[in-house]
Order: sequence, then structure tokens, then C-alpha cells
Amino acid sequence: MLRLLRPGDWLTLAIAALLVGASFPLLWSRELADRAVVRSAGRIVAELPLSRDHSMRVAGPLGESVIAVERGRARVVSDPSPRQYCVRQGWLERTGDIAICLPNQVSLELAGRSRRYDSLSY
Amino acid sequence: MTRSVIELEATREDRHVARMAAAAIALSLAEAAIPSPVPGIKPGLANIVVLLVLSRWGFRAAAWVSLLRVVGASLLLGSFLSPGFFLSLGGALTSLAALAATRTLPERWFGPVSHSILAALAHLAGQLAIAWLWLIPHAGILYLVPALAAAALGFGVVNGLAAARLLDRGPETEPAPQPTS
Repeated sequence: MLRLLRPGDWLTLAIAALLVGASFPLLWSRELADRAVVRSAGRIVAELPLSRDHSMRVAGPLGESVIAVERGRARVVSDPSPRQYCVRQGWLERTGDIAICLPNQVSLELAGRSRRYDSLSY
Repeated sequence: MTRSVIELEATREDRHVARMAAAAIALSLAEAAIPSPVPGIKPGLANIVVLLVLSRWGFRAAAWVSLLRVVGASLLLGSFLSPGFFLSLGGALTSLAALAATRTLPERWFGPVSHSILAALAHLAGQLAIAWLWLIPHAGILYLVPALAAAALGFGVVNGLAAARLLDRGPETEPAPQPTS
């Protein structure tokens, strides 16, 4: 098995492994978010700094959504929308994480110094 | 009306390319039947055939086999001209470009494993470029890169070793002519 690898193959393998290894911290690094942006019907209604704990209510067409910020994370605590996707999404921690409550038209997004993603659809 | 007869002469190289492409297509089909835990991660066994052809018959034949494999497998799997087909084609083209470049490396030092690793990573880069430019124009795609690159590296090494092992078994029963390009 080992004699199938020529010296340059080891070199290629080492360099490739190094690059792949380096891509993990580089592309998976958690850029710290510093504020939570709350929107209702597309308009920003509040920007909450993540450094302090808050709780706020946002009015939408269906009713009130409750948003909480705690220990540098944010989440939608409750929402009148039927499927509850944004509530079940749980805590948002990364910059670019976003919870969208439809059809109540309320969204919660974490923002940092630079915006890396405006949504993640996976 | 005069009857015109078009005769296509199949050279030995043509027949060899056809045979190898058939083997590559068979591997692609077998691979499509293996359930993958993560969508988008595939071993790419057909590339073993491309590596063999590259080493024995030269770049032109390898390019033929690779592209015939993409078209043939997509026809059989029903994905011809679908987004998956173009991703596959883009990957094949970039990995062929990588193989064209790695062929110039000194053979004494760099074997099939090097070719395979670089082609696998180029394949991934090509696919991601197409996915980004055409399907998902979004930086979120970068988030997938580390996992996909790790898989590409792993399978690149395995496929390269398989090709090296097959080439190591000595010359094929049918002697290959001088590489054409």
C-alpha cells in the first residue's frame, strides 16, 4: 500500500490536508454577533445589543411576537403564526442567523460588524 | 437520389475509449445506487477509470472518457441537462483542467494519488463555482466547503490508491499505443 505513494504524493497529501484543515476554522468560525435586529413587515423596529438581556414584544398582523435576548443569544419566545418555525428554531448565536415568523411578518436576525450572510436556507 | 454511405472508422483508440467510458458509466450507476449520508458527497469511483486512461493513453483519451461518462451516466440516470448534470459537467471540466496541469509534474515524484487529490479538489471547486454563479448566488455556500473538501480529499486519496494499485499490476493485456497527446 505504502509503495503506491511516491514522495511527491505525500507532499500533495500533506498540503491538501493542511488546506482542508485550515478551511474548517476559517469558514466555520463563529463571528460574534453584537446585536439582534428585529423587523416587522420588513421595517426595522428595534436593534437590541446582545450584551444586555432584554425581552420585547413586536406587533404583527396576527398578534404579538415575543423576542428575548439572553447571554449573547436571541430567540423568538412566542409567536401567533401557525407553524411556529421561528419559535422552534431556538436560540440564534451566529452572525447572520435569522428566524422569520410568517405570516406574522416578524423577523429576528443577528448582526455583527460585517454581514456575512443575509440568510441561510439549509 | 443517390445513396450516400457514411462510414465511420473506429480506431483502436476509439474502441478503447468507448470501453473505458462504459466502465466509468457502470461505476457511476453503481455509485448512484449507494445511499449517501450527506447529499453531494459521492466517492467518484468513475474517476479511477479516468486516472487509468490518463496514465496509459494520455490526456485526450482521458478527457473523452470523463466527458462521455458525464453524458452517458446522466442519460441513464435521467438527469441529462438538469442542474445536477451541469454541476457534474463543471466538475468534470475543472478536474480535467487540473489533470492537464498535474500531468506536467515529474512522474518520478508524483503518481496517481497526487493526480487524484488535485483532480478531486478541482472537481469540488468547479461544482461550487457553478452552484454559486448559477444556482445559489450566496456566500452561505462557503459554509459547506470544509466538509465537502474533507470528503473530496478522502475519496481523492482512496481513488488515487485504487488507480495506483491497478496500474501497479503491470501492463494491460492489450498493449496501449503511444499516448497521443
